[in-house]
Amino acid sequence: MPTEILMPALSPTMEEGTLAKWVKNVGDEVAPGDVIAEIETDKATMEVEAVDEGRIGKILVEAGTEGVKVNAPIAILLAEGESESDIGKSGGSAGGEPKVATKTDDEPVAHSGDQARSAATVTPLEERRVPAEGKTHPDPEDPVGDFAQEIPEGTEMVSTTVREALRDAMAEEMRRDQAVFVMGEEVAEYQGAYKITQGLLDEFGARRVVDTPITEHGFAGLGVGAAFGGLRPIVEFMTFNFAMQAIDQIINSAAKTLYMAGGQMGCPIVFRGPNGAAARVAAQHSQDYAAWYSHIPGLKVVQPYSAADAKGLLKSAIRDPNPVIFLENEILYGQSFDVPKLDDWTVPIGKARVHRKGSDVTIVSFGIGMTYAVKAAEELAGQGIDAEVIDLRTIRPMDMQTVLRSVKKTNRCVTVEEGFPQSSVGAHIASEIMVHAFDYLDAPVLKVAGKDVPMPYAANLEKLALPSVKDVIDAVKAVCYRD
Amino acid sequence: MAGRQSSASGGSAKSKRSKTVDTESGKEIVRTLEEFSAPKPADFSNDDELRAYRDMLLIRRFEEKAGQLYGMGFIGGFCHLYIGQEAVVVGMQMAMKDGDQVITGYRDHGHMLATGMEARGVMAELTGRRSGYSKGKGGSMHMFSKEKKFYGGHGIVGAQVPIGTGLAFANRYNDQDSVAITYFGDGAANQGQVYESFNMASLWKLPVIYVIENNRYAMGTSVARASAETDFSHRGLSFKIPGIQIDGMDVRAVKAAGDMAAEHCRSGEGPIILEMMTYRYRGHSMSDPAKYRTRDEVQKMRSESDPIEQVKKRLLENHGMSEDEVKEIDKEVREIVADSADFAQNDPEPDPSELWTDIYADEIPQVAE
Ligand SMILES: Cc1ncc(C[n+]2csc(CCOP(=O)(O)OP(=O)(O)O)c2C)c(N)n1
Ligand SMILES: [Mg+2]
Repeated sequence: MPTEILMPALSPTMEEGTLAKWVKNVGDEVAPGDVIAEIETDKATMEVEAVDEGRIGKILVEAGTEGVKVNAPIAILLAEGESESDIGKSGGSAGGEPKVATKTDDEPVAHSGDQARSAATVTPLEERRVPAEGKTHPDPEDPVGDFAQEIPEGTEMVSTTVREALRDAMAEEMRRDQAVFVMGEEVAEYQGAYKITQGLLDEFGARRVVDTPITEHGFAGLGVGAAFGGLRPIVEFMTFNFAMQAIDQIINSAAKTLYMAGGQMGCPIVFRGPNGAAARVAAQHSQDYAAWYSHIPGLKVVQPYSAADAKGLLKSAIRDPNPVIFLENEILYGQSFDVPKLDDWTVPIGKARVHRKGSDVTIVSFGIGMTYAVKAAEELAGQGIDAEVIDLRTIRPMDMQTVLRSVKKTNRCVTVEEGFPQSSVGAHIASEIMVHAFDYLDAPVLKVAGKDVPMPYAANLEKLALPSVKDVIDAVKAVCYRD
Repeated sequence: MAGRQSSASGGSAKSKRSKTVDTESGKEIVRTLEEFSAPKPADFSNDDELRAYRDMLLIRRFEEKAGQLYGMGFIGGFCHLYIGQEAVVVGMQMAMKDGDQVITGYRDHGHMLATGMEARGVMAELTGRRSGYSKGKGGSMHMFSKEKKFYGGHGIVGAQVPIGTGLAFANRYNDQDSVAITYFGDGAANQGQVYESFNMASLWKLPVIYVIENNRYAMGTSVARASAETDFSHRGLSFKIPGIQIDGMDVRAVKAAGDMAAEHCRSGEGPIILEMMTYRYRGHSMSDPAKYRTRDEVQKMRSESDPIEQVKKRLLENHGMSEDEVKEIDKEVREIVADSADFAQNDPEPDPSELWTDIYADEIPQVAE
């Protein structure tokens, strides 16, 4: 059957063009790849190549014709054994129905997408499948979660630094699963730039505790490949400031592959290291990346405060089938907290913790921000304001249920973080509260954040740039309409 | 013969030397590239020639069809065709063993077909339909098959290089004999992460073959306009990675180099670079008018070095096949491609609910505003 040759589109936006010139004429034999004509658009001249073998039977659009619509037949190709007299019978156009056939039985994406969206909003927290084992929060006795007690009664508690807790978490998971290994600058022989990997080389050897060159983009990508290849990499960044060199691999390769592969393969990997301001290291070495990574669907983002959470969450992160950004803090490394002495202490990702119960105002924070929040709450108690303090622990997925439950009770909220204020974690929380608890609010949600400046070096300026306990107290008083 | 250097064909010896110092012994090593000159093209049996012919033709016809569907609006976005470069993936595939992995950039349709991925699934991904390899969510540049050990399909120029190196790291970690074949272009070869990967791969002796597909252009920029060292086989020298230049238009030359490189990797010698001198006939992507080169240049390549014509000629002249027998293969390939195109046009689009799946490997609610 003779085939119609159609006016091709040269780009997704082209609608018509000029048929500038015929290179082949009626009667000429053509093979796939032969140039048969030239067409022009306002942007470019392009050659039309034959896709099928045959002989030009008829030219339908003369050279020089302007405004030829995409997909209009421009010539007729005859196959072996066919002649001009077959032309009227022309059935198929080259390749099928013209123009974008995006019609299916389904409704248009945008519309039903909205339904899918709202469906996602109402998924109750309890139904989420949380990968890590461990005590769930809230517990069955206390479905609302106000008194969530994650640690079984009578459990021995051991005072542990955050540093030791992180090391123990990695060591336990490496004993549990041969596929887990840790990689980064100075993690092995030097025992870690901040001594987080202390002792791991001794126990697990150089195969599983790998010193890398200073090559963040390279080893982050290598870690992604190792995860594709079935391993469970823990990639340590000496600090997250340097992970900016690797952010393409973290976001474009680690976070998006599962989606782009239609669920066939994902990237179970932990990127961890100290994040945020240390002390007096100035602008390039002092930045909180919680908001940055929390922007990305496909990533989980964890920022623990206590040693118990650091340990339990890191173990969960290592077992998690997704890429997890695990943000630590150098200043917290040396601080001691009680850690339960349990064989397998894990904390589920995606669950906030009510650190202190209260009824007048909700303070939401995470990571080192909690140090300001906790102190402020203590001082406020002395002034007759009973603050509830929520430690988010996980930034993404964010446990808004716990936050909303608290705000609906206290009707006021202050968020605390060290990161920059614009597009901050607090900004997101404020927006969610506005959407989901507007009628419960007695005051606008206030954000306490790092100042909107690069981190200065001078001691006094650095102090001014960071949030303070006083900032939190002032914000709480403002939302409580107290002097 | 492809490429700008005539020495690339047929394994002609090179006399370039490079000196490196062994860090442990402090001894100066003179690495001569003679040790690593391109091996003689492989001797192909009748079956080898037939396989090479069929596999290359499948890619050619598939790509032509993809170009056509793009022209008709069935395929959107970017679509980078592999026409002209078929001998590279087909020759490499012939040198691979079960378990070896493949990873490449966005010019990836040929690589997928060569690993045995189904034409239907690839074409349906190009048209963004639900039976595509990524359920229509990846598109031309992002497809994967765990089963065929094809790890993408990457849209960021050069990003596949550390990832491929990581696959090799996993092979070494698990004491597996597999080799990770990591393809990238002459343009990608100037990315910093490539050299970060070279360093680690050599340091840790990872079994990775870096296949640089030198098709002379990165979009509209010729190699000479972008590269200080235009001999990409030398790009590993600072990392003690040997490299050879191969006539990438001759599938037998590619196969022989692939065999040699795989042997090098499997014997624990670490990475190796194969620079394939090749050529893309079409524009960089569908909307490239290709003003940076002459029609004659393309025509000369097509008429003098076409990888498929070379094999066809041998089939007819040396292997006693008739025109009709060759036509039979053409017909079979055309049918596969026509079937894939039919399928890809009629397969439904993904269900709208798919918008919200495969973001996490477990069920995590998304933020809804
Ligand atoms: C990091 C990055 N920069 C730029 C681009 C845009 N881009 C896509 S392909 C390309 C040219 C790459 O050429 P080459 O590596 O030679 O591969 P070829 O297209 O010839 O196969 C460019 C600049 C990109 N996708 N990613
Ligand atoms: Mg190129």
